[in-house]
Amino acid sequence: MSNNNYFSGLFFGIKSLLIGLGVTMKEFFTRKITEQYPENRKELKMFDRFRGRLIMPHNENNEHKCIGCGLCQMACPNGSIKVTTEMLEAEDGKKKRSLVKYEYDLGCCMFCELCITACPQGAIEFCTDFENAVFDRAKLVQQLNKPGSKVAEKKPVAKPVAPAAAKPVTEAKPVAPAAAEPATEAKPAAPAAAKPAAPAESAEAPVEKKESNPETPAAV
Amino acid sequence: MFDFKVVTNWIDTLLLSFLPGWAATLVECVLVALAIITLYAVFAIILIYMERKICAFFQCRLGPNRVGKWGSIQVLADVLKMLTKEIIDMKNVDRLLHKMAPFLVIVASMLTFACLPWNKGAEVLDFNIGIFFFLAAGSIGVVGILLAGWSSNNKYALIGAMRSGAQIISYEVSIGLVMLTMIVLTGTMSFSEICQQQADLGWNIFRGHIPAVLCFIIYLIAGNAECNRGPFDMPEAESELTAGYHVEYSGMHFGFYYLAEYLNLFICAGIASTIFLGGWAPFHIPGLDGFNHVMDYIPGAVWMLGKTFFVVFLLMWIRWTFPRLRIDQLLALEWKYLMPMSLVLLVLMAICVSLGLTF
Repeated sequence: MSNNNYFSGLFFGIKSLLIGLGVTMKEFFTRKITEQYPENRKELKMFDRFRGRLIMPHNENNEHKCIGCGLCQMACPNGSIKVTTEMLEAEDGKKKRSLVKYEYDLGCCMFCELCITACPQGAIEFCTDFENAVFDRAKLVQQLNKPGSKVAEKKPVAKPVAPAAAKPVTEAKPVAPAAAEPATEAKPAAPAAAKPAAPAESAEAPVEKKESNPETPAAV
Repeated sequence: MFDFKVVTNWIDTLLLSFLPGWAATLVECVLVALAIITLYAVFAIILIYMERKICAFFQCRLGPNRVGKWGSIQVLADVLKMLTKEIIDMKNVDRLLHKMAPFLVIVASMLTFACLPWNKGAEVLDFNIGIFFFLAAGSIGVVGILLAGWSSNNKYALIGAMRSGAQIISYEVSIGLVMLTMIVLTGTMSFSEICQQQADLGWNIFRGHIPAVLCFIIYLIAGNAECNRGPFDMPEAESELTAGYHVEYSGMHFGFYYLAEYLNLFICAGIASTIFLGGWAPFHIPGLDGFNHVMDYIPGAVWMLGKTFFVVFLLMWIRWTFPRLRIDQLLALEWKYLMPMSLVLLVLMAICVSLGLTF
């Protein structure tokens, strides 16, 4: 019995050692993953999930998605985000919160991504840019919204499209609208409900809801 | 094959033409010593560079590549740094032994280095008991390591030295048995005769077939352990003993240990290529005279170095693949596996030779 173990152990050991040697020999000939950084700055591309620094993407019309709700500011454990907003009166008399200044202090950011998870609008994200060194700490405080930018208006675009799309559908097919209309109604209803709720109440309830919802797509 | 004796004889007659006999011998000794020391340093630099590059490649890195083209001058820079570093004198060390230990290690390493047959007729130390001398001289290194650990007045160093002593003395057994097995095959202990035999009859690893191949594998394992290299680097296990027996050494005294470690690797590989792979003997396939003739044109030194660096690569491959063994596993491997196996191989080889089953 013990003899059996001795020899089977010996051959098993040799086999596993050979497997190990095979693995390293394969590694010997694979392309090396070392990035020779200062030389390859031009072609060096960080992986997509790299958290370099926070940015607020703007579209071609200099519009961002930030509604100034301040959830990111509250989610930040280090207090590195400071959102300044003002109340503006729209044409229909409604008061509306609007972003004035979005300040982000790179110097005390710990890249936890809680702000991005908290944002109901997907207005901020991390870019893969990592050359963040500056000579002055004051330069680390960055303003993320570009000068003269404003929030991208969703409703004026969404509303005329939704009825226009819904009406011909209801005329053409009587069966479809029953299914289509609740769907079209539900879609604008969700952001419409979320938008006023977040800035107006800015309570814990919407934060928790929002955090649980966007977390799944963020993790994916 | 080109016989290097032509050159040495020419130098000898040249010196004797204007010097008395004793002075000529003295000059020749100095010349040979210079050649050996130069080769020693050059090979150390090549080996350290090779080790760093190969280690990097096995770990999917690029290795040193900033100093010089492909980092080729990196090792020279390191040597310069090592030479300019201060040798620190510590309190409460045994001064004489502490200073003597690195020299013992390097002397043992150089003595064994001089045993290697570089080419036909280019052996420095060549006795009829060459292998015996090689084993004896190599054992002086253990004394250096034990002294280093003892004299340093440091627990880590002492533990490292004790482990190293246990390890080297244990693995010496299977190295001795493996060499004995090959001596059974060759019938001589002289390195030059072993090489000449292999040039005439074929490499020992082919002549001795199964037992020789197994002996070669056992020699590689035991040789790696003899050099205190991973996976058998318990004596200097950085993560637990900081650096083992040479923890209290600085500057060039540490450099000697470092040098000796790499040269011992080279010597281990060189002896493996001499005993198993034919030394300077070219590769011959019986029957293919044209091919054999072409192979004869490649100088013996190139064959020797090529085989040696091939074995060095094998040893580095082993080192950078396997994790370090625990001290009890290490001793169990030797006493429960390698030594019984080499005893069996010795008997097997004796049977093969006596029945004429070798080529």
